[in-house]
Amino acid sequence: MSATHTFPSPRARGEGRGDLVVDAASPQGEGEGARPNETPPSPPPYPRLPPRFADDEVGETLSPQAGRGDAERTFAQQSGYNFAYLDEGTKRMIRRAILKGIAVPGYQVPFASREMPMPYGWGTGGVQVTAAILGRSDVLKVIDQGADDTTNAVSIRRFFARTSGVATTTRTAEATVIQTRHRIPETPLTEGQTLVYQVPIPEPLRYLEPRETETRQLHALAEYGAMHVKLYEDISRHGHIATTYAYPVEVAGRYVMDPSPTPKFDNPKMDDCPALQLFGAGRERRIYAVPPYTRVRSLDFEDHPFRVQEFTHPCALCGAEGVYLDEVLLDDAGRRMFVCSDTDHCEGRRADGHVGTGDAI
Amino acid sequence: MSKPLLQVRGLTKRYGDRLACADVSFDLVPGEVLAIVGESGSGKSTLLSLIATELAPDSGTVSYRMRDGALRDLGTLSEAGRRALMRTEWGFVRQDATKGLRMAVSAGGNVGERLMGLGERHYGRIRAQAIDWLGRVEIDAGRVDDPPSQFSGGMRQRLQIARNLVTGPRLVLMDEPTSGLDVSVQARLLDLIRRLSAELGLAVIIVTHDLAVARLLSHRIAVMRAGRVIETGLTDRVLDDPEHAYTQLLVSSVLAA
Repeated sequence: MSATHTFPSPRARGEGRGDLVVDAASPQGEGEGARPNETPPSPPPYPRLPPRFADDEVGETLSPQAGRGDAERTFAQQSGYNFAYLDEGTKRMIRRAILKGIAVPGYQVPFASREMPMPYGWGTGGVQVTAAILGRSDVLKVIDQGADDTTNAVSIRRFFARTSGVATTTRTAEATVIQTRHRIPETPLTEGQTLVYQVPIPEPLRYLEPRETETRQLHALAEYGAMHVKLYEDISRHGHIATTYAYPVEVAGRYVMDPSPTPKFDNPKMDDCPALQLFGAGRERRIYAVPPYTRVRSLDFEDHPFRVQEFTHPCALCGAEGVYLDEVLLDDAGRRMFVCSDTDHCEGRRADGHVGTGDAI
Repeated sequence: MSKPLLQVRGLTKRYGDRLACADVSFDLVPGEVLAIVGESGSGKSTLLSLIATELAPDSGTVSYRMRDGALRDLGTLSEAGRRALMRTEWGFVRQDATKGLRMAVSAGGNVGERLMGLGERHYGRIRAQAIDWLGRVEIDAGRVDDPPSQFSGGMRQRLQIARNLVTGPRLVLMDEPTSGLDVSVQARLLDLIRRLSAELGLAVIIVTHDLAVARLLSHRIAVMRAGRVIETGLTDRVLDDPEHAYTQLLVSSVLAA
């Protein structure tokens, strides 16, 4: 190899910051509200997308072109960050971990988790995975407890809209990358979609074994007897398996995995799922994955088989049954109603004319 | 004499310059109870850890007769094989019950863990076995859902025994199981160990500094001092007619052993 050989730099691929160094140093500064000197002179040539593509008025003001899919120009001109915040070297490192995770389903791959501009526990792992896999043509959806409009979801969606300029959506069917905290959307996922989970504690054996060296050994030897001790304790205390979230699963007949704090209601959706599922734990520095169409089995006992939660009422807003419901307190007298946890699913159904009773219980 | 269940040859372990265990060799036949006695720091616990393959020896071997009748050097077993053996064929009752039990898990869960580790996936059967074993170690079945943190010292040791014996091991290692218990509780525990080992034909290696415990439980005694076995023989012979000067000192320093 000649001495003059150079590796293609991110900049050469058009992902660098090149000329925007000048912009970043402009008197207008950077960060929120920063405006480059050359604002787009004319209205954009593309049609306005329906309002649900923009987060809200504030978001639109702060970051006028975010979320419209005009990634290339906007981003390079407006921010001092690399595409999707992380530098290319970091993304490459994370992609390697993801590939390894996909190759060994359910295995926790250590990775050099970075500091992110948000506190641990807010989804730093998921954000890094999303940043590493996001491409310019992707359409991103972010949900928190099934909802698109809660703080965590809104701020992460806006973060990527601003740092990568990719299109965002709240519609499950339109999204190519869905970052989630807790829920798997009710709308069945399809091939080509990627679900990114934010994981707080990736180690399913932590409950019984505090030593990391020992849990790794247990995973290596597939010694998962201790996992059932937890379920045994549940039954002996409550008469049934009372674990309702972070319910341990066995992936592809080998590794036992913590599906992050998703309710066990969603565990069956992980099984044989056409979409790629990636899990990122920022504080614990682990990435793991479930490739499409992989067997995911929830652990149980022969005489206490795995069962998902059942709800006695349909969604009060859209009348949906067989979906995961949130309990909403209405007043100090304790009146409450149960509504779809998946806001997109609920809105879609109501748009199609489904109506719930609207009754409090 | 039947074929040895356990064969220890030339076990040696150094901690830096200090010799913790020097050239220890013995055989143990099925159903035999061997007591290892000696003062603190004489290498008893190191020897037990070496036998349990928790420590790697500097030299020497520990061989165990597998169910198929072949004597296998445990040093050549894979990690998975070694762990499987420890979980099924062997038991280890520790001096400190908090190290041998899961203190936050109910008594039933503690006893059932080994069964679940072996692939038992039927809650009802696991629980029935756990209750059965609690009964055999004289713990009231009503305590099956209480965690051992609410148990007394003697109960914890009995629970440890149940937890170890549930998979029907053939060899149990015990490290000072009665120390720290008051005398009447000790007596009950010793009685229980003696009864179970006789009933189940268990081979036991028990480490103790208490010669009375050794007298009560063991068939044979090995006396250790400064890492070496200085005298070994039938329990009654060693205690009633000690040959080595140190053993004589040890025996004479106990009131009416």
